[in-house]
Amino acid sequence: MLRVIEREQVLHVARLARLRLSDAEVEKMAGELSGILDHVDRIVELELDEVPPTSHVVALENVLRPDVPRPSRPRDAVLEQAPDPADGAFRVPSPQAEA
Amino acid sequence: MEELLELSVAAAAGRIAAGELSREEYFAAWRQRAAADELNAYLWRAEEAGGDGDGDGPLAGVPIAVKDLFCTEGVATTAGSRILEGHRPLYTATAVRRLREAGAELLGKTNMDEFAMGSSNENSAFGPVLNPHDRGRVPGGSSGGSAAAVGGGLAPCAIGTDTGGSIRQPASLCGIVGLKPTYGAISRYGMIAFASSLDQCGPLTRDVTDAALLLAALQGRDPCDSTSVGIEGGVEAPSREDLKGLRFAVPADLAHDAIEAGVRSVFEATLARIEELGGEVGEMPLPHAEHGISAYYVIAPAEASSNLARYDGVRYGMRVEGEGDLVDMYESTRAAGFGDEVKRRIMLGTYALSSGYYEAYYGRAQRVRTKIAADYAAAFERFDFVVTPTSPSVAFRLGEKVDDPLAMYMSDFFTVPMSLAGIPAISIPAGRAEPDDGGPELPVGFQIAAPAFAEQRLLEAAYALEQAIDG
Repeated sequence: MLRVIEREQVLHVARLARLRLSDAEVEKMAGELSGILDHVDRIVELELDEVPPTSHVVALENVLRPDVPRPSRPRDAVLEQAPDPADGAFRVPSPQAEA
Repeated sequence: MEELLELSVAAAAGRIAAGELSREEYFAAWRQRAAADELNAYLWRAEEAGGDGDGDGPLAGVPIAVKDLFCTEGVATTAGSRILEGHRPLYTATAVRRLREAGAELLGKTNMDEFAMGSSNENSAFGPVLNPHDRGRVPGGSSGGSAAAVGGGLAPCAIGTDTGGSIRQPASLCGIVGLKPTYGAISRYGMIAFASSLDQCGPLTRDVTDAALLLAALQGRDPCDSTSVGIEGGVEAPSREDLKGLRFAVPADLAHDAIEAGVRSVFEATLARIEELGGEVGEMPLPHAEHGISAYYVIAPAEASSNLARYDGVRYGMRVEGEGDLVDMYESTRAAGFGDEVKRRIMLGTYALSSGYYEAYYGRAQRVRTKIAADYAAAFERFDFVVTPTSPSVAFRLGEKVDDPLAMYMSDFFTVPMSLAGIPAISIPAGRAEPDDGGPELPVGFQIAAPAFAEQRLLEAAYALEQAIDG
């Protein structure tokens, strides 16, 4: 079975991922994702219902430490890396587009 | 000076410690080599010795090349991405800090596939790295800059990161040693995240002894990374001279796998050497290894899509102002800042995690991961090691696979299963072979995998085999 990712699906996922794709990229992405997922789909045929999922490979014990207040990194140094610092904060465009 | 450059890191460090070699002279010699980089292996090079490695630790005076994925305070760290161009981190990765505490000095930051996504280094925003053995071919990836620097004599040693083969495959293609330690052996703090359940730091060196020396300094628990546990008992220089009593498993399916003829013949010759050294070679079914690529290319992109959400043009890195609201700025920034492969993986990962597909893809891939780990656990009940070629081919040509993502992903066929199982694996140079498409002979790597945290045994076996291959 060849999985086909439709153009609409690519646009939906791009929107979820906050990626703007050009028309050419959408076209190309649809083909490439279809090809990759077609290969990945082989694992759908495996009998896995009784198998527990692995999210972490090494057995770990919980690590605890005393909750001691410590200074954060200096605000000025942090803001120096920001594209648009203002008034000791990160400035961003308005979340709501202007009418 | 030529002679200086030929010294192994262990030998040079020994001479420096004994007062027979000045650390300034040694660093200057390597800085000159790094400055002559024609492979695009470096993104940044030290102007002078850092002066922060004055101690008399085991790596005193050793210059080291560091993949540009490790944060270095005050030194640009880009992860090979336009979106982080010029970014200067506020802190230094634990791995780099530990090397410095052992006396090493930062020689340079090396080029890489953007956010470590790639197997050829062609995904760097700062241009591809060339293979030191044939400049028309790729060095492998994603730690291609580190591998080319060491293989091309531009650095005595380097560190990289391996998520599905990103240390071992470029080491193989550049003719050097590359070690991916057990997940948790080395802190990931300050390593720019790609796929957090798989990412692991490791050394790229000219020989196995140097790999052990670097691993000894790098490993250990770090309060800043709760998944780090270190290697109990530490790591020592390997000294084993034979393989008597050790059992090496070859995956039973290997006969049917797509492997270049030249690579297969070097692999078989290496198995014969193992037997000459007293080791036993047998076959072992690892039935789920063939599904490694499928599981990996769900799990790694899924984790990446989440990790890369932080690049939003707000707190650091580049920003492209859109013409509208906040979301428009996010989308404009990410469209301009990320390259094709990173976008592809973010899309793949977001799709696999999206409503209605989560269990079918991410859930199933995690169950396959369990099966792969169980295959290795079964193998290690009967064998000490599992061996394969590191890469199905020698270095391929620049441009050969850029338009075929799946073909590119297949170059990780033999390295991905160990990453999914979290176990250590090393690639050592085993000889040279002619590529299937003709041309001069190129390096072939031999991969040895061991149970979790059995790094010392792995290094001992690799060392014994290395001596036999070199001798």
